[in-house]
Amino acid sequence: MSTVTDEGILGNTEKHDIQELDEVTILFAGDSGDGMQVTGSQFTDASVVFGNDISTFPDFPAEIRAPQGTLAGVSAYQLHFSNHDIRTPGDRIDTLVAMNAAALKKYLPELDKGGILIVDKAGFGPNELKKVEYKSNPLEDGTLGDYRLVAVDITPQTIAAVRPAGLTGRNAERCKNFYTLGVVYYLYDRPLEPTFDEIRKRFAKKEPVIAEANIAAIQAGYNFAHTIELFKVTYRVKRAIFDPGMYRNISGNLATAMGVAAAASKSGRKVFFGSYPITPASDILHELSRLKHFGVLTFQAEDEIAAVASAVGASYGGVLGVTCSSGPGIALKSEAINLAVMTELPLVVINVQRSGPSTGMPTKTEQADLLMALFGRNSDSPIPVIAPATPGECFECVYEAARIAVKYMTPVMFLSDGYLGNGAEPWKIPDPEKLKGFDFGWGLDPASFKPYARNPETGARAWPIPGTPGLNNRITGIEKEENTGKISYDHENHERMTKARYQKVANIAQEIPASSVYGAQEGDLLVLSWGGTYGAALTAAETVFKMGKKIGHLHLRWLNPLPPDLGDIIKRYKKVVVPEINTGQLAYHLRGTFGIPVESYGRVRGKAFTVGELVTLFNSLLV
Amino acid sequence: MTTTATDSPKAQTPQDFHSGLIVRWCPGCGDYAILAAVQKVLAERGKAPHEYTFVSGIGCSSRFPLYMSTYGFHSIHGRALAVATGVKAANPKQEVWVITGDGDCLSIGGNHFIHALRRNQDFKILLFNNEIYGLTKGQYSPTSRFGMVNKSAPYGTIDEPVSPIKLALAAGATFVARTADNDMAHMAETFRRAAEHKGSAFIEILQNCVIFNDKVFEEYYGVKTRKDTLVYLHHGQPVLYGKTVEKGLAVDGFNFKSVDASQKDQVYVHDEHEPTGTVANMLAGLSHPESPVPLGVFRCVERPAYHEMMYAQVESARKANGEPDLGKLLKGPKTWTVS
Repeated sequence: MSTVTDEGILGNTEKHDIQELDEVTILFAGDSGDGMQVTGSQFTDASVVFGNDISTFPDFPAEIRAPQGTLAGVSAYQLHFSNHDIRTPGDRIDTLVAMNAAALKKYLPELDKGGILIVDKAGFGPNELKKVEYKSNPLEDGTLGDYRLVAVDITPQTIAAVRPAGLTGRNAERCKNFYTLGVVYYLYDRPLEPTFDEIRKRFAKKEPVIAEANIAAIQAGYNFAHTIELFKVTYRVKRAIFDPGMYRNISGNLATAMGVAAAASKSGRKVFFGSYPITPASDILHELSRLKHFGVLTFQAEDEIAAVASAVGASYGGVLGVTCSSGPGIALKSEAINLAVMTELPLVVINVQRSGPSTGMPTKTEQADLLMALFGRNSDSPIPVIAPATPGECFECVYEAARIAVKYMTPVMFLSDGYLGNGAEPWKIPDPEKLKGFDFGWGLDPASFKPYARNPETGARAWPIPGTPGLNNRITGIEKEENTGKISYDHENHERMTKARYQKVANIAQEIPASSVYGAQEGDLLVLSWGGTYGAALTAAETVFKMGKKIGHLHLRWLNPLPPDLGDIIKRYKKVVVPEINTGQLAYHLRGTFGIPVESYGRVRGKAFTVGELVTLFNSLLV
Repeated sequence: MTTTATDSPKAQTPQDFHSGLIVRWCPGCGDYAILAAVQKVLAERGKAPHEYTFVSGIGCSSRFPLYMSTYGFHSIHGRALAVATGVKAANPKQEVWVITGDGDCLSIGGNHFIHALRRNQDFKILLFNNEIYGLTKGQYSPTSRFGMVNKSAPYGTIDEPVSPIKLALAAGATFVARTADNDMAHMAETFRRAAEHKGSAFIEILQNCVIFNDKVFEEYYGVKTRKDTLVYLHHGQPVLYGKTVEKGLAVDGFNFKSVDASQKDQVYVHDEHEPTGTVANMLAGLSHPESPVPLGVFRCVERPAYHEMMYAQVESARKANGEPDLGKLLKGPKTWTVS
């Protein structure tokens, strides 16, 4: 701990302790209407602009406004920021902001002993306590003795602070999240000006009163914490070291939408985006609806089936069809996905997975649609499956899905999940000029055109556009004769066509670069992960490797086809373990593919792995 | 399917619209006449086969696109209209015709039917209504008559049939017509009208299934009786029928009644453009044997087609945002640079 002169916002020069930390995890929790998502994202923005690495995860209820003050209505935003490379939103909480008793009850178990607990006293009245079955007030009964409790009269102080700006009553009370933000800004030594600028930019024109009130609330919270020395020690997390370049903060769903727009733009053919709203995928529809000028035709269909069927029709029409949903919606789409398998049309199917089965827990994450993606259609119907590892990677993975769909004339499943879709991280902005080009236009000479002739390199058929003279063709979900595409019930032809469709997807392996294993290149344990578990799995493997263990980590981007070198890599380790947010689906698939024993660590709690639990797991397998 | 060598821009004969595939409907099936009527009308219109896309679902009628020399997509059961939505959006210059049956369109595909019509998707929708499932060999369909005995209803159906015309009107269809597979001239005229309509043109075709529901329409559309049992709708003309055109239909409360044709001031003068659709709905309610069954155009009104509005939005987004700049999009509102 070092003592430095605090030349804070007030220009005061008294001395207090500022401690340097490597990383901090804060969780803002309150009622759904308390504005915790706004508070969290403001702190995130302030941190990324300052130069920290961050990883965030919002955790909100499915209900739009669950009954006030109940556990079901708690909305939270977890933020992990650091001076070094981090990949998860944090295992344990260092500072918990609880705006009411429900928020405290729900998240206290995740707060580290000795952690800071900031609460709004107004959220702990008799009613609030009763709603969550607190028999006595935890702020007063001594049960919070293990934590550094900071109980503040946030509500009345906020109302007083915003009165000069002209806000009263409910509107004034609504600013309490900004007051709280001010308190936390003080605790973590964040500059206020960038947030003020942001607020002015957003509200000043339309709602200048709101802008001034919010700024006043932040300032009041900050000043209060400073003036009464609310914290004996405040903290500072220095800038992280990033690769040189231009960065932004990005969520997985936004990155996915931009990847689709990039595909429309770079391919030179439009994208038709057919979708039906569903949590947690709807943001992609919202975003793309604003990007029509990039050549994205968005269509909110009457149902999931119409969403995918219209996308398949669009692909026949000569633009790339994309559809988007979450598990239950994907289940409805499977017949039409198979129509694209059978007719050999490009299609991108975006699945932002959520906890299931059936409706499950719509706002909670899971990776349990892998086997559905691989096998969940009638008959032999292989499709390529790609999964992003991080929110930022959603961009390049969905773009790659689009490129492969067109090059190989096949549906491609893109498996994101709620954790990636809603999570955010700093993202090094790619150069659009460096994105790979699209590859089509083969086999379209009217003199020799055959609808189901195959490109010898890829196995794909040609992609004619209706309206072109001389390329008239009829396609059907019925089995077709090779080359000509005429309806055929011939036994041997069906087997050849089934194999041709299988081989075409297998050929995509030639697009997959050599695998890069982190840590030990051979030895005792290989950790295989896929999708959103990347951050926790790699960080845990790194920790264990640095302990001197012979552990390697490989993350799979393509689940079908699997990387061609995977079989050889697996053989170099005594044990293979797959941690995944399902009951062991990739492990099952790998056992079947390679005929080897695979340890499975599957947890389905609607949330991501912690690094700590995986470190424990890996160590237990290395005994 | 193979490419046709005869795809010249000046296709003039019905044969130019034939794919060359052997047509495999049952001998005597009404579908043959419908195929011939479509090919005849398209040949007259001057557009080349490659300017059309025919989309269908699953069922006997849905084989139709495979027999056409145009572009065609024989898709999956019930989804023809959804598939067509993408075809038209992707390729708005294509003239899109949708071929569907009573099961495909009104049962498994009922939802898409409602939504395609309310959006005024620019499709010519030909509903081959034979009041039976043919391809699955004889189960009742959503238009099968109440009490009908068939394979899946050995004690008679207990399902009230749906009226395709009423459903189309309720969904806000801008062109709604009915024709019959045994009247080549009337079919051709109806298809011509539909082809010229901008937006959804829905046509119910009374189509005889010679195997599983033979002569289901015969009582009223049979050549011998039809002058008394059918009534032809012509815009701006009094609604008259009968062997010697001696009868007319007059509005009677919320229904029609038959009156003597001489009562000219009482006979309803058909107005396709009647804005509320109420009279069209009353006409759709006329059924055999209580009344003559109307054929012709029930309703024809103008509304912007879906693809026009879709592309207008793309255009206005382009005007508002300027040329798309991927680099700018990726940067978003807030960036920072690490050197």
